[in-house]
Amino acid sequence: MCQDHAYTRRVFLQKGLTMVSAATTVPYFIQASAYGLTNPFDTMLTSSIAGKPQERILVVVQLGGGNDGLNTVIPFGDDDYYRARPNIGIPANNVLRFGDADGLGLHPNLAGFKELHDNGLLSTVQGVGYPNPNRSHFTSMDIWHTADPRQPSGNGWIGRYFDNTCNGTPEPNAAIAIGREAPKAMIGQINKPVSFETADLFRWIGKDLHESLDKPYEEINRGGDEIEGVKDGTQLEFLTRTALNAQIASDQIRAAVRIRPLVEYPRNPLGQQLQMVAAMIRAELPTRVYYVSMGGFDTHAGQPGAHANLMTQLGSAILAFTKDLKAQGNDGRVLTMTFSEFGRRVKQNASQGTDHGTAAPMFLVGPMVRPGVLGYHPSLTDLDQGDLKFSVDFRSVYAAVLESWLKTDSRPVLKGAFKPALLFNKNV
Amino acid sequence: MSTAASKSTAALQTTAALKPLKPADFGHWQAHHLLRRAGFGGSPEQVRLLVEWGLDRSVDHLINFGAVPAEAIKADDFRSDIMRAPTPEERLAFRQAQQAQDEVTLERLQRLRQEREQQDRRQMRSMQQWWLKRMIETPRPLEEKMTLFYHGHFATGYRTIENSYHMFLQNQTLRRFAVGNFADLCFQIIRDPAMLAYLDNNESHRQQPNENLARELMELFTLGEGNTYTESDIKEGARALTGYSFDGNEFLFRKDFHDEGQKQIFGKRGTFNGDDFVKMILGRTTCSEFMSLKLYRFFVNDLPEGPGSEARTVILGLAQLMRQQKYNMAPVLATLFRSAHFYDESNMASQIKSPVQLVVEAVRSLRTPILDLNILVDALDLMGQSIFYPPSVKGWDGGRSWINTSTLFVRQNLLTHLLTGRLPSGVGGSSMRSSYDAMHLLGHLDRNDGEYDLDEAVNFLLKSCLGPRPLEARRQSLLEFAKSNGGRVNSELVIGMLCLITAMPEYQLC
Repeated sequence: MCQDHAYTRRVFLQKGLTMVSAATTVPYFIQASAYGLTNPFDTMLTSSIAGKPQERILVVVQLGGGNDGLNTVIPFGDDDYYRARPNIGIPANNVLRFGDADGLGLHPNLAGFKELHDNGLLSTVQGVGYPNPNRSHFTSMDIWHTADPRQPSGNGWIGRYFDNTCNGTPEPNAAIAIGREAPKAMIGQINKPVSFETADLFRWIGKDLHESLDKPYEEINRGGDEIEGVKDGTQLEFLTRTALNAQIASDQIRAAVRIRPLVEYPRNPLGQQLQMVAAMIRAELPTRVYYVSMGGFDTHAGQPGAHANLMTQLGSAILAFTKDLKAQGNDGRVLTMTFSEFGRRVKQNASQGTDHGTAAPMFLVGPMVRPGVLGYHPSLTDLDQGDLKFSVDFRSVYAAVLESWLKTDSRPVLKGAFKPALLFNKNV
Repeated sequence: MSTAASKSTAALQTTAALKPLKPADFGHWQAHHLLRRAGFGGSPEQVRLLVEWGLDRSVDHLINFGAVPAEAIKADDFRSDIMRAPTPEERLAFRQAQQAQDEVTLERLQRLRQEREQQDRRQMRSMQQWWLKRMIETPRPLEEKMTLFYHGHFATGYRTIENSYHMFLQNQTLRRFAVGNFADLCFQIIRDPAMLAYLDNNESHRQQPNENLARELMELFTLGEGNTYTESDIKEGARALTGYSFDGNEFLFRKDFHDEGQKQIFGKRGTFNGDDFVKMILGRTTCSEFMSLKLYRFFVNDLPEGPGSEARTVILGLAQLMRQQKYNMAPVLATLFRSAHFYDESNMASQIKSPVQLVVEAVRSLRTPILDLNILVDALDLMGQSIFYPPSVKGWDGGRSWINTSTLFVRQNLLTHLLTGRLPSGVGGSSMRSSYDAMHLLGHLDRNDGEYDLDEAVNFLLKSCLGPRPLEARRQSLLEFAKSNGGRVNSELVIGMLCLITAMPEYQLC
């Protein structure tokens, strides 16, 4: 585990160590961080509330397919909006108005976000994009993942963050993605995320075949590098250590998600994913970045009904997640951020839908964010090939998250200097 | 290498570094190692056959595979026209609709386009299955292994080019040159539509040359990053490559795009074209050294700590041989596979299997049935090696980057699936009944009253999956498991033991 600075230093409490007492050896990620226990001042520095880890966590929510920003944060005060969208525009009366931003409001189904906004827990960043926007789903998604519009084929920005903060030592389970595939954003040169669709898949299925396989399997995979004949520095040592880490992580994660959450979650895919994330945070996993995603935003046709459903899911899931974190007492250390690969064309198309566009809003959630509607809404008439011009480069948002929240130099991660957007409270 | 004396000294060094293995030392484990590395492993009978043949004949059989009949690949195995460019009539119709702001027609045209893209993605999917199946079934394992090597070397991804037939054509080119001439392959690669599209050379114009191909050609394909070339060589090389483009599925030299002016590359001046540029690269000693290192890492040892002194000598020896052989790969590989160094104990079971190696080797050596190619292709993806979708032009990093806590479970679960048909609950589709006959693996062992000896069976299974010296703790775990189930060696017990063996951390090594 990294020892670079306060926010990456793990503090393991007695409870954390007894959880793994079943193992024959101490797993790598606990062993390597035991450093933190040797110096009592370290513990004091990082843990101001007794029994609560202080490590900061980032949760990324990906909206796949290109979310229609104009029907998410609605410029209902602008007649051009209704001219461009005679059929799919959201009537002004239905918009959930931001009290403090004239002519702007949220989609009627984003009641969850409205509540967060009213409680000062939501930051709405307007007009986020990048120069020379790409309108291909794959390419633009890769650009957001790599934070590199020129070479979107390299490593991901979160992966680079871990590579840069950890001096080349991979951190097991530092990054967890819920889903089939590991998102490119989390893949670094050295650090790769753990990814699984459901916690039940994060285990060996052989155990279901016959109970007699249980004991030998445990012997085989929990021996760690202390099995006789496993030499230091070999591939086999690395493999036995990873196998042990996998067993521990599997135990922790599956135990975590079995516990009833403190609040009710909506029964939609994003809600279920965030419920798992909250459970893992509550169980004090050493994970620093979680990644969840929902799809379906590619609304070329019949947009109104489909998009309304997506807005309900998004708003209700993130609201429940925030309430759960609050109930756990973990809200202060978890920042949630949403993004989509692009927004959509200003003008509606002939199928009651919208085509691929450019700039769109991002949302940041938590008590640490600078609440309110930030930046300027892009003009609906001064367009670039029918699309909105961006006013905030997404890399400035990443820079703020990296510098202010994760307390790391953003330049090596973003491969350049981007001025951090002012997205956080002063005392963060 | 200008004088006879330096030639003979160099030859001596090569001989020393790549000294052949004594024929008598080519036993069971050497044959086992050769089959795994030069191919994807084999059944116990195949290992025994190689031992019988001896080193030279075995290597010869693997390398000169032209003599081994294999299923031919036909140009029409896949559709070539799904992603064809629009015809002049279609273009005209589109322009007219745009001018008339005829939204209905524009929508229809866009939908047709989307349908073709979907069709192409389906074809790509079946191509992934097709290649995986070919690797599993081929009687010419080295041909596929080298094709896989070059796929990671000249990495090109479908996700960027979105043209499955171009991926198919590239795959055939790589296979055609599998153990052929690397120089010739380089001349082909700068004519390969998939590569030209992937690295943006097809639109590269003398007024604004695109440097992508020129850069990666040197950095990743031939010389290594910053190794004996400069940024200016990239710029000038990019000018030389202008006009190398394609039309439909064919290479096209666009004379009007090409920069015919003077260039200066590696300090030489001339009106070089792309072929001249490649020729000059291939003339550099560093090119043979870079390729030797890559081959060494792929076939011998991926050296997480970097090459030691012995490995360095071997790599330089290979490079020298490569230059002497003018980049003919067959003799270079033959020398490597005959060398004592290749069979050195430190190189055996020293590599982490790539996902493809894991899957193909398991099916080939355990002879499990392939229940569903779809599941295998999905699993490759989950394990981080989706074929035809390398993560970037750098290909796959390999080695330890394959393994983390989640891919390890996928690896174990996939093997359990191959052995038993079982699938994790929650994965689309239900578990399948497997007809796997595990007893064939033990066929050559002695029997007493029709019964196999448990100790002998355990030892044999461990060794054939893991190598000559399995850990004692593993043997004990298996014996206890067997005894708790009555200890009679039957198919169920063997499958249970194989599930455990394939869940051992050391099973990930080859």
